[in-house]
Amino acid sequence: MSDILHHNIKLPKGAIEKETTTLNLGPTHPATHGVMQNIIELDGERIVSAEQTIGYIHRAFEKLAERRPLFQITTLTDRLNYCSAPLNNMGWHLTCEKLLGIQTPKRVDYLRVIIMELSRITDHLICNSIVGVDSGAFTGFLYVMQYRELVYEIYEEICGARLTTNMGRIGGFERNFNDTAWKKLDKFLVEFPKAWKEFGNLFLRNRIFMDRLIGTGAISAERALNYGFTGPNLRAAGVDYDVRVHTPYSSYQDFNFTIPVGTTGDNYDRFLVRDQEVWQSISIIQQAYQKVQEFKGAEAEVYHADAPEYYLPEKELVYTRMESLIWHFKIVMGETEIPKGEVYNSIEGANGELGFYLISDGGRTPYRLHFRRPCFIYYQAYSELTKGGMLSDAIMTMSSLNLIAGELDA
Amino acid sequence: MRPVKYNIHPKEAKLADSLIVSEMPDGYTGEGFFATKLSDVVGLARKNSIWPMPFATSCCGIEFMATMASHYDLARFGSERVGFSPRQCDLLMVMGTIAKKMGPVLRQVYIQMAEPRWVMAVGACASTGGIFDTYSVLQGIDQIIPVDVYVPGCAPRPEAILDGVMRIQDIVQNESIRRRNTDHYKALLNSYGIE
Amino acid sequence: MMALNNEIVKQKLVEKFGEQLTNWEEPYNFLTFVAPKDLNLKVLQFLYDDETLKFRFLTDLCAVHYPDRKGEEVAVVYHLHNLENNIRVRFKVYTDAEKTEVYTATALYEAANWMERETYDFFGVNFIGHPNLKRILNVDEMDYFPLRKQYPLEDQTRVDKDDEMFGRGGSIL
Repeated sequence: MSDILHHNIKLPKGAIEKETTTLNLGPTHPATHGVMQNIIELDGERIVSAEQTIGYIHRAFEKLAERRPLFQITTLTDRLNYCSAPLNNMGWHLTCEKLLGIQTPKRVDYLRVIIMELSRITDHLICNSIVGVDSGAFTGFLYVMQYRELVYEIYEEICGARLTTNMGRIGGFERNFNDTAWKKLDKFLVEFPKAWKEFGNLFLRNRIFMDRLIGTGAISAERALNYGFTGPNLRAAGVDYDVRVHTPYSSYQDFNFTIPVGTTGDNYDRFLVRDQEVWQSISIIQQAYQKVQEFKGAEAEVYHADAPEYYLPEKELVYTRMESLIWHFKIVMGETEIPKGEVYNSIEGANGELGFYLISDGGRTPYRLHFRRPCFIYYQAYSELTKGGMLSDAIMTMSSLNLIAGELDA
Repeated sequence: MRPVKYNIHPKEAKLADSLIVSEMPDGYTGEGFFATKLSDVVGLARKNSIWPMPFATSCCGIEFMATMASHYDLARFGSERVGFSPRQCDLLMVMGTIAKKMGPVLRQVYIQMAEPRWVMAVGACASTGGIFDTYSVLQGIDQIIPVDVYVPGCAPRPEAILDGVMRIQDIVQNESIRRRNTDHYKALLNSYGIE
Repeated sequence: MMALNNEIVKQKLVEKFGEQLTNWEEPYNFLTFVAPKDLNLKVLQFLYDDETLKFRFLTDLCAVHYPDRKGEEVAVVYHLHNLENNIRVRFKVYTDAEKTEVYTATALYEAANWMERETYDFFGVNFIGHPNLKRILNVDEMDYFPLRKQYPLEDQTRVDKDDEMFGRGGSIL
């Protein structure tokens, strides 16, 4: 065999002559959660190069958003990262509020924090349990999925839906949390930490699991920043960037929590960071719960900002009072004044900095809306992360990056 | 006596009351024999051992995860063996938006499945394109492959997906074993350009 | 260390580039300016290298189409972030829709690679020097740039939608 074929692999002298194999992983491969295609060049089991193809679920969110009034875009954000839909909803509402200049009351902020942290938990829970599934431990997945159902039940009490929630409105929530929701939250806060502890016991110091993950798919902090990593994946590499702390929104400055960071940026560190973030989220929820309980009198009933121009009036009033009906009509038909402006707002999504770049020309719909989707940005590092590693490690890298196809392909 | 007593209720539980094993097909029965149609027996066996192939692309796939997991437990319907190879599976469950870029892939997966095969379109996107009436999204998978059951919802609840599986079971049970050889069926496939 | 703010950033940039940078704005406290399109790399490099500015994180790169601005229809928008001082800056370069040529930022930021491919896919911005400028989200056969304003959301030539079921008149058959 000529040397030309082996220009990228150095073989020891006298080794058996080899050729590389091309493997097409995806878009419907069982190990790729979501529809990504990787064309991998393999030397035995080692990856020589990998090339990603995406776009298999491109749904044209940005074009769609140019046709929809602000409040209808919430349904689109649901379907970006569907593992933590309420987080995206809240991010969008915060962006609109920034554009419209709406100040939300503290109680609304705290309720939002509860919801956002709950959905961060569900997202990390799926990611970490799927890392387990991919390394051959199915039990953890089946066990913690039970607790995701508890979160979904809380969502159901608040907005009626489980997965694609369309939760909240511009300015707050469409209704106050009812007693059942609080009871279910109580139940979750009692039961889930125990289960998450057990889940940790199953994996964190598990020799087999550690051997599979440590040192695979690693990235240095410098490269991670250059690649535009944010969120848990950046923090695993040792950079303590968290939008909740750097640019507090929704009164995150009122809470005590720490940012867990890793050191090596490998799969194991990503797993650990997510595991610890879940504990932080639980603590934030407990603090927010307490703060919400402290409101007394009329304040304890507040669940939306006083912004009649943008916040839909209650349905009952729409049917019985003329003024509410007029406002309802005006908002739905896009007759209310939307200021001209250019807003970039970002929140700490479950996967990283989720940004909304909104240009309004004063019309009914945004002139342009661009989503900064963390998945899309860090998936391009995948070939660098997997190069030189084993094929089976590449699968682990994919699941520990937490790639959500809906967010990736917009 | 057994060292561990599983049933803590004092009354003996009647198995027949709590568990329906399967509906017995119509037939003649006497002492030591039971005669029925082959088609019914095959239908009964197929119905309770469907191997689904999840073709999960987006949101509905997450609800399928819930359906498959411990709380809703798809295994109760004989479908715990979720196969990811189209060659081994009977039921193609398409969950999520199918973009135009994905269309040929889906069609290829369908062609790779062995007969008899059934298809379930889960969710609004797979059924009609859903809210994504855009330049890049296929407006329903029935444009490229035949579909047996549509499950509405965006995303459908796990109960709805389970109901869809039960409707598939009905179709599977009642299907004649000759259906796949008929001219009518061949014409159906040909209308989709599948030989 | 003195806290960095929009004033200082602006001052630094004006010192370096003078009158070439225009349209200074601060919508919602977010420093924004417009640079000539040939200067985009120089501005990026300066913001990256300068010891006080240190804008070394590319948050976002996208484009906006303004069909009414003749000769400069497409704006490419960069969002940069200084993570040390937590300050952001946004700048735009305008280019002709017929002949969109902007220098690529891939040499400076790996993250720019796919962002630029996406921008090319949606708006047809030709990034000069990009290592692999081809469509990323849409199919390769697509012959237009869908996010430009003249193209409708739906594919008008489509036959795959059954109009009867969507309340848009009777079936064509």
